[in-house]
Amino acid sequence: MDILSILAESMRSALGPVAAIYALAAIGLNLHFGYTGLLNFGQVGFMLVGAYGVGISVAVFDLPLAVGFGVGLLCALVLALLLGIPTLRLREDYLAITTIAAAEVIRLVYRSGFAEPLTGGVYGLQNLAGDFRALNPIPPGTYGVGMLSYNASHLWVMVTTWGLVLLMAGLTWMLTHSPWGRVIKGIREDEDAARSLGKNVFAYKMQALVLGGLIGALAGCMMAVYQAAIQADQFKPQVTFFLWVILLLGGAGRVFGPVLGSMIFWFLMSFTDGVLRGLGNLGLLPFLDGPDYGAIQLAFAGLMLVLLIVFRPQGIIGDRKEMLINVK
Amino acid sequence: MSSDETVVDRMGAADAVPGSAKPDPILVVDGVRRSFGGLTAVDVEHLEVQRGTITALIGPNGAGKSTLFNLLTGFDRADRGRWSFDGRQIGGRSGHQVARAGMVRTFQLTKALTRMSVLDNMLLGAQGQLGERLAGAFLRPMWKSQEKENTARALELLERFKLIDKRDEIAGALSGGQRKLLEMARALMTDPSTIMLDEPMAGVNPALVQSLLGHITSLRDEGKTVLFVEHDMDVIMGISDWIVVLAQGQVIAEGRPSDIRSNQQVIDAYLGAREEDGDE
Repeated sequence: MDILSILAESMRSALGPVAAIYALAAIGLNLHFGYTGLLNFGQVGFMLVGAYGVGISVAVFDLPLAVGFGVGLLCALVLALLLGIPTLRLREDYLAITTIAAAEVIRLVYRSGFAEPLTGGVYGLQNLAGDFRALNPIPPGTYGVGMLSYNASHLWVMVTTWGLVLLMAGLTWMLTHSPWGRVIKGIREDEDAARSLGKNVFAYKMQALVLGGLIGALAGCMMAVYQAAIQADQFKPQVTFFLWVILLLGGAGRVFGPVLGSMIFWFLMSFTDGVLRGLGNLGLLPFLDGPDYGAIQLAFAGLMLVLLIVFRPQGIIGDRKEMLINVK
Repeated sequence: MSSDETVVDRMGAADAVPGSAKPDPILVVDGVRRSFGGLTAVDVEHLEVQRGTITALIGPNGAGKSTLFNLLTGFDRADRGRWSFDGRQIGGRSGHQVARAGMVRTFQLTKALTRMSVLDNMLLGAQGQLGERLAGAFLRPMWKSQEKENTARALELLERFKLIDKRDEIAGALSGGQRKLLEMARALMTDPSTIMLDEPMAGVNPALVQSLLGHITSLRDEGKTVLFVEHDMDVIMGISDWIVVLAQGQVIAEGRPSDIRSNQQVIDAYLGAREEDGDE
């Protein structure tokens, strides 16, 4: 087992497009939960409609990629309104229940037989990245050093995904450092108090839900572009829970919390995977088969969440003082 | 200055009977009813609140004071009834619309926004902020000057409520009494014409009670109308211009403190309530 190559591989994961895509989706979740206090347990649903917006537009209707992004974002807008209108006037738990169910229903609908002409059913959609690769301005070649070197196409994906992450983090910063951000934080703390001060709580919650959902959909769009193929079963509820781990790991209600969280999360996921495989190859894990490693990895993600909540509930860059005070 | 104020009668020719007409009412309530299952919590035929006075709402536990408060401020829905504020019908409006109309409330259990700074708590109270619109949030130059004005006003109020040293602390770090003060100051940030205080003295130490009372009377002296729910009889008799007594959801008496003190119905309601108090 070569610990150095495992570390390098983990570093590649931390800086890779997947980490960026998850960071993006977690930025949306941060706007929901970290700033507005909305319990969204179905962020993956927004990613799914975003990814399929690109997939269906490009693969089925042969439309330009930009149209795909537009369709994906539009679907997310509709989804947010559908989720928000009935639940945002109710207590916060109703949104949680509705989102977790809706995300799963959406996945089942998209993978079902009757949707196959549009969504490709269980086979999903392929060949989605043509336009994106054609846009690549980076000349062919290899960039970087040693284990951290990338070809032009991979670099292009990284630049765009991390670029979007920075853009959305900047957007979050602007929003949360404005009076608008003050209102949503007020709603997070106590929505009745915000209401008593003349704030239309429902409208603000809806705006936050839509915005966070759009950012989630953008993550989905980038996923379609990066993988060039999508499949409904990639959007299982565990994705949402990864996003929650990422958000809580980095620090909810902090602009760079989701970004840092995603990098650390994917570093650790890749690292445990490498170590498990290494130990397996050395014959030290005779009771496990290859496919079991994935399950262990998931258990590890769960363990990480538990340890985090016990020892550092505010996340890596959160404020412990704030956290302690919030125990009602 | 509060000593000679109690002598001043601000109620004009108002009669001390339930539902009496006031010379210049700011709040007029008609036939408001709210029941929870079989229990009628509030059933007020007619009630007027005089502008620029301190009106106390009293009654035994379960009399419907807080429910009436919630109804009037849009935090609960009435089964029927109408009420107008400053000549405008506001029955059925939601909480934020009532607040925008100029009637702002506080809560029995203080709602400080704990993870926000004291100053941010205050700024949230300011009305008509351009930067509070989603599109406006991105246009810093558009709301910067407004933010500056609001901050100046917030600091003034914090000074007055002796919270100025705490402005950058998070509100969760304040003591219970300071939170009450903050909530009142924050309500004033909305620049209301009427302020509704739900048990402002609950859980406040006696030393702070005096200062809270001072703040309440000075609000009235600035021309604001104060309507408050309270249990402490000394407090009520001391500062109220008018007292409305609720029992079992109905207005059973109203009048000046001197009228209420000698009102047999009120004494009965309180004593009677004490006997049946077992289930409350």
